Parts: sequence; structure tokens; C-alpha cells
Amino acid sequence: MSDPNPFRLEVRNWLEDNCPEAMRHPYRSEADLCWGGRGFEFQSEDQKLWLERMGAKGWTAPTWPIEYGGGGLNREQEKILKQEMTRIGARPPLYSFGIHMIGPALLKFGSEAQKQQHIPPIIRGEIWWAQGYSEPNAGSDLAGLQARAEDKGDHYLLNGSKVWTSYGDRGDWMFCLVRTDPDAPKHQGISLVLFDMTTPGVSTRPIKLISGKSPFTETIFENVRVEKEQLVGEINQGWTVAKYLLTHEREMIGATGLTRTVGGPISQQAVEAIGLKNGILAEPALRSEIARLEIDSEALALTLERVRDEAKAGASLGAASSMLKYYGTELNMRRQELLMAIGGSAALDWEGGDNQDGQAARSWLRSRGNSIEGGTSEIMLNIVAKRILGLPG
Amino acid sequence: MLRDSARDFLNESAPIPHLRSLRDEDNQDRFSRELYAGMSEMGWPAILVPEEYGGLDYGYCGLGIILEECGRTLTPSPLLGTALVGVTALRKAGSEQQKTELLPKAASGELLFALACDETSRHQPDHVETSCIAEHNGFRLNGRKVAVHDGHIADQLIVSAITDHGISLFLVPPKAQGVKIERYPVLDIAAAANISFIDVELPANSLLGEIDAGEAVLTEVLDAARVGISAELLGLAQEAFERTVEYIKERKQFGVPVGSFQGLQHRAASLFADIELCKSLVIRSLQSLDGISPGNAELYSATTARLCKTAHLAANEAIQMHGGIGMTDEFDIGFFLKRCQILESLYGDHHYHVDRYARLRNY
Repeated sequence: MSDPNPFRLEVRNWLEDNCPEAMRHPYRSEADLCWGGRGFEFQSEDQKLWLERMGAKGWTAPTWPIEYGGGGLNREQEKILKQEMTRIGARPPLYSFGIHMIGPALLKFGSEAQKQQHIPPIIRGEIWWAQGYSEPNAGSDLAGLQARAEDKGDHYLLNGSKVWTSYGDRGDWMFCLVRTDPDAPKHQGISLVLFDMTTPGVSTRPIKLISGKSPFTETIFENVRVEKEQLVGEINQGWTVAKYLLTHEREMIGATGLTRTVGGPISQQAVEAIGLKNGILAEPALRSEIARLEIDSEALALTLERVRDEAKAGASLGAASSMLKYYGTELNMRRQELLMAIGGSAALDWEGGDNQDGQAARSWLRSRGNSIEGGTSEIMLNIVAKRILGLPG
Repeated sequence: MLRDSARDFLNESAPIPHLRSLRDEDNQDRFSRELYAGMSEMGWPAILVPEEYGGLDYGYCGLGIILEECGRTLTPSPLLGTALVGVTALRKAGSEQQKTELLPKAASGELLFALACDETSRHQPDHVETSCIAEHNGFRLNGRKVAVHDGHIADQLIVSAITDHGISLFLVPPKAQGVKIERYPVLDIAAAANISFIDVELPANSLLGEIDAGEAVLTEVLDAARVGISAELLGLAQEAFERTVEYIKERKQFGVPVGSFQGLQHRAASLFADIELCKSLVIRSLQSLDGISPGNAELYSATTARLCKTAHLAANEAIQMHGGIGMTDEFDIGFFLKRCQILESLYGDHHYHVDRYARLRNY
């Protein structure tokens, strides 16, 4: 692996010196993810060190501007960094809605003061951002949201509720879509505001999923004070910001279609569980489905790379993010379904150490939501049909 | 630039009515020699030929673009069989003498190749009963090949045969004594040939590559061919899809464009995603053949498997979304499905390559 590129060598040496040995293995489960934030309990000193070092280098957000603590890399350098991390099996130091959602929106629409206040802590993983988008009566019809922020002169007063707040009980700050003009047409009376979730009047209630776990909360606002300088972009122009942010969210979710399966490639797991007969997997029908899945995963990986290459570093992928979200989630769900089939009755385990408290079953059930969250597959197809293909109606 | 000039040339000289007229006039070659002369003037058959043999040495990425554009217009030509398959085989295994004699002629469009590797109606290149026995000054060839692409027009056949300790490849002139070419129409838009070899005597220098070592060469040649077919299928799928999207924007039923119905919109959007995935695979495979990106047989089978499936779906959806008119011979959209099926059957279809992909990954 000789490579004349000096940047690659620099990255390689830096990672060699700074990536702790224990962080050079893929995640075993969701519990291994590092989210950062004020109250985050690090799994280990190495996990903490890895985040601190990468954060200080700005490589948790490789393409963001150096002036706010980002890595300042171009697209080509970002790819090299990712390749070098993959080469040594380094896990991402931070999993963050700050990096993948509100950060890009602030860089594009935020005031200078907002950027200076919020971007550096996002890069260092010091604040856990929660998303306030969906409401009980605003799911696919997100612009129908009703949480109301009233202008009280020097601040806004927020009342209403949100649902499907990912880890709302652990969030430090929230980016929240609110209605600021109830009389305007629905897309034109929405604003995006930021507030600290410890502000009086904010409370959360866990939502238990079919997986038995509660990664989401309902979030309730009762007379919550929101400072005026925390309005992102123009008043009543929040829908534009919201849509931009969603393109980043969808790109992030689309990439989950490439998640490396815990326990090695799915075909290898199938061979271990089912065995070979005459040199091929003993269940030929299952084998074909696994091969198709692996082929499609390869195609998605190449497509993500190509689409990102065609966009500028750090830029939004626009409507193409809807295509990636659609395909990536459908793929991840196929993978989970196949893992259940491969596991057979063993995959039904729910509790106990042998099967990590039913990890297979719980991951599978959790993945059922992939084609709903962040915009349903049907909404993604609507967007592709209208924005990319230009179909009428 | 290459793409633009290819597209202009094909739209000008060989749009779909060109294919229709070849059929309706019952052109026995099922391609136009005049058109191929034009392609040769553009340098297309020379793209893969090294410069020292009169070629352009422009690589698989370049030829892939041409084939993709030919897929859009469904233009029949010997480019796949000669410019890609024949030239690749010569480049990989040809002796200095063979290359000097054949490559310049292939580059200028004077010489056409056909690869005769299948003996069963489903592609199965490792099933070889055709045999070639060494004799005093050469070889004696016996056997039968089926469904030989361009077999009815070729000036040189590349034939796989069993030799003492493996498979070998031979260059066989179709006019040699004992070679019998049976041309037959394929669907209504193309032709192919079954070819029998009865005691065909071949000189020693007709061996292509090392004796008994032809299987590896054949696999490499077939993989290049599959990527070329995938490029052509990509063009075919995109064109069928784009024509269909335009059609459903215009066609009105119930007083509105049928493209405003969600039932069609979602299928179109999903197909768009499939085609985007295919594009990435084709680009990467072509780059890999040129040695500028990593890749191997797994990638080529993944690409072919995906392209066969998606192009076929695109061609079927095109007919369905056009409705009744899509079923008529008068309307062009049906040609896409026919060409698609022909290309799929050549060097392994979706099922073949899903199976091969899994095998290559040891499961």
C-alpha cells in the first residue's frame, strides 16, 4: 500500500498515534455508539479520548470550516480520511444529530453569533442535539405542525408537543419547528428555533417500541421561553431551513443501508449457521436473496460515493438524498429480515446473555421503522417523482 | 465530448427507425455495413486497439460510453463482438504475429470477430465438448457451438475447445473446410448462428494463447464482454425510462396526465433509484477493466446481475406505462424489451450472475 499522497501519509500517521487500540474495532451493538453531550457516560476512557482527539482536530466534521473548529478538508481529503479510518477499523468517534442535521443548517442559515455559539461544541461532541419535528398530527404532513411560538416582545413563548424525538430524554438542546404565524398558509408560518432542554416547561415521556426499547420520546412544551437570538434564519421562513436539514438527515439515514453487520458479512454468517452442501449454501433460495442483497449493498455504496463526488464537499445532495434514504432503508430492512431467516428460532431469543438480550430480534424490529422515520418511503418516492422526474400533480 | 459526438452520430445515422428498416428490408446481416464504416471513421472499433497496431488505446471507459449510447438507440453493430470481445481476446492472448495481422484490420473496421463459446442454450462456457486434437502440423477441430453472437457475419471465429489438459482457444476462419454456419433470426431484430466443425484442419498458428490455458483467458474476455453488455443495457434502460416518463407526462386519461397518479409515480421513482445504482456499477466496472479502480470478477458479476434485472424491469415498465400502444409493432418501445432479452441471454443473465457472484464469494 504505497501511496505518494502526502495527506494520506499525514492522516495515517496521525491515526496511528491517536486512535486508541480499543477503538479500532467496529461497533458490536448500539450501546457502543458514542453520542457525546453534557451527561454522556463514556463506556471507557478510550472512547472519551478518541472523541476528544478527533474533536480537537476537527475531524468529527471533516469538511466544516476551520474558523469554527472544523477540519477544513475538501471532498478528496475527506474520502482519504474515511478510507484510512476504515483501513484500521477505526469506529466513528461521534454519532451526532449536531453533525448530521442542525450543524449543516446552521452553517448555511445561522447568524454569525449562532455559528460561534453552537458549531464548536457540536464538533467537540459536547452538546447532544435533539430534533423537534414530527407531531401527533403532523407526520408525513410535517408542515401541518401546530406547536406554537408566540411573540412576547423580547422572547417567544412555546406551547405544544413533539413526537418521535430520538433520545429526547438525553438531549441537551433542541432544534424545533414551531408555528409563528397561525394565519399564514401552512408552509409560510413556520420557524426553526433552538433552546436548551433544561429550560423550565420542557418535559419528555418515553415511547416504547415493538422492539421493547424506547429510543424515542414525546416532548411536551408548557410556556417554554425561547430567546429571540435563537431563531434560525428569517421568521416564518423555517420551512426552507427544515427541508435543507432533512436532506442531510436523509443522506445520513441512507448510509445506514451500508451498515456492516455485527458478526461479519451476512453471507459468512449464513455459511456458519446453515452450512454448505456441494460447495454452495445448503439453502439455495436463501442464498440467492443473500447474494442479491450483497450486490445491491455494493451498488448503494458506489452510488453514495458517486453522488457525494458529484456534489461539493459538505453541500446538500438535494432531492437525491430522498433516493438514497429510500434505497438505503429498504436495503437495511431486507438485511435484517434475512438475518432473522438465517437465525431461525435462535433469532427469536429475547432475553439473556447468550444472544445479547435478543439483539437480533430487537434490531430487526427496530429496523421496521427505517422506512417511516425521516420521511416515509412513500414520501421519498413522491419527492423523487416530482423534484427529479418532474411528474405532475 | 466522446459521449456527445457518439450521441449526435447515432441520432443522425442510426436512430430506432434504422433498426426497423433493417428488419423490414430483411437485411441478412441485421446490421448496416455502411453504418459500420461510419463508426470506423469515428474510430470506434479502434478504441481498445493499442497504438502500435493502429488503434487509439482509449480504454474500456471510452468504449463503454459508445456502447451505452448504442444502447439508447438500439443500434445494431459488430462493436460488442469485434471492438470489445475480439480485440480483448487478441490483446490478452494474441501472439505478435496474430496481433500484427488482425488488430489493424479490426481497428479499421475491415475484420469482424465472433466468439463461439457456448454449446448449450443457457450460457455455460465451462461446458465444452468441442475438441481439438494436435496433429503433425496443427490441429483437428470437431464439435458444435450454438447461439454465436455475430456468428453469421464474422471473418474470424474465436472457438473454445477441449485439448489434452484443459480448454484452449483457437482462431478459426469461417470459410475453412468443415465449418458449417447456420444463420437464424433472433426475435425479429437480430440474427445469430449455430456453427458446426467437422474435421476442420487448423494450422499450428491458429492457437490463441497457451495450449490448455484458455479457460482463464476466456473468463477475462467474457467478463469484459459482460461489462460492455452492462453498459449497453444501461443506455437501453435509461432511454426506455426517459421515453416513458415523457409519455406519462403527456398522456391524459380521466382528464389528467397519467403521470400524476401516485401508482405510476412511485414505480417510476423506484426505477429511477435502480437505474442510478446501475450507473455506479457500470462506471466502476469500466474503470476497473482499465485498471484505474479496484475490481474483480465479483464486481463484474454484480454489475451484470443488476443491469440485467433493472434493464428488463425498465423495458417491461415502459410497455406497461405506455399501455396498449406499447404492445403495437408500430410503436418503438417494444424494441427495447426484445434487445434487452437478447443481451441478457448472451453471456449470463441475472440468475447466472447472482449464482456466480455467490460462488466467487464462497457460498
